Amino acid sequence: MFENLLASLMTIEGFAFYFFSVLTIGLFSVTVMSKNVLYAMTSLAAGMVLISGFFFILGADFLGVVQLIVYVGAIMALYSFAMMFFDATRDIKEKNTSNALVFLLGGLSALVLVLMFAAPIMSDSLNMGNLMVEYMDKNISYVDYIDGNISKYAQYSLDHGIQASVEGIGNAQSVGVILFTKYLIPFEVAAVMLLVAMIAGIILAGKKMDDSLTEDMSADDEIMIVKDEK
Amino acid sequence: MIGLSHYLIVSALIFSIGLVGVLRRRNLLMLFFATEVMLNAVNIAFAAISHYYNDLTGQMFAFFIIAIAASEVAVGLGILIVLYKKHGSLDLDDLASMRG
Repeated sequence: MFENLLASLMTIEGFAFYFFSVLTIGLFSVTVMSKNVLYAMTSLAAGMVLISGFFFILGADFLGVVQLIVYVGAIMALYSFAMMFFDATRDIKEKNTSNALVFLLGGLSALVLVLMFAAPIMSDSLNMGNLMVEYMDKNISYVDYIDGNISKYAQYSLDHGIQASVEGIGNAQSVGVILFTKYLIPFEVAAVMLLVAMIAGIILAGKKMDDSLTEDMSADDEIMIVKDEK
Repeated sequence: MIGLSHYLIVSALIFSIGLVGVLRRRNLLMLFFATEVMLNAVNIAFAAISHYYNDLTGQMFAFFIIAIAASEVAVGLGILIVLYKKHGSLDLDDLASMRG
């Protein structure tokens, strides 16, 4: 077990995986545990940058770039913009009714989640071999096309235009082809949803933007009075 | 060698961190941060499955999750600003106006 860990640390992929996982888990723990909004937001942004690293290891280049642009660029910028409305420097006082109960519930649900993820792996029912066999059984006609070393499942995905890595075609290119053929309607729906969200955000946040949130109007009056006295 | 199970376990750990945050936080802004953590954990799982099964569908779902997260943040922050104007704080206990 320990030797396996050391051996995988020697490879580039293994080292990057463990590096990113440890840093991401640490940074997200800071996000969840910190009392200061500014620390929480900064560690969340850093964790998201490292998550795009996971995507680059996994060969999902386009997803990694989108993660950087949308999450770190847009969403975190939006959060930090909203931070100007709220009091960011003050520590958040949270009345937790009973810490022990919350941690018990959180720990229990985390344990259940890990078991849910681990059970199929442990029982060896979730391996790629079985899936390939399944697809082979369902698509016997594709067996005819197959020549040499390309696997049958890969051939099936190639015929249906969902294969992740084809020789000579980059990740961004295949993502584009599939996004504008198989997933065209969800793409359009997502575009409409983003438009609706934009309008909703503008209307919710933009109403009565001219009166200040943080300073009350009496402060301005005082300044006026001081000026008058002079 | 790093397998699919490694990625799924890391994803489950990050998801649990987000879940603990959702259960534990009383501030609405911090609840939003915990939700983002959970969404990112799911994205890792989708990308890993997409890579190990050589199937782009997982990445597509991750894209749509990112789009949904972006619109969620846009609407949610608008609501937060309105709430802050009205109540002067983002604490869930202060916002509880309907007591049974």
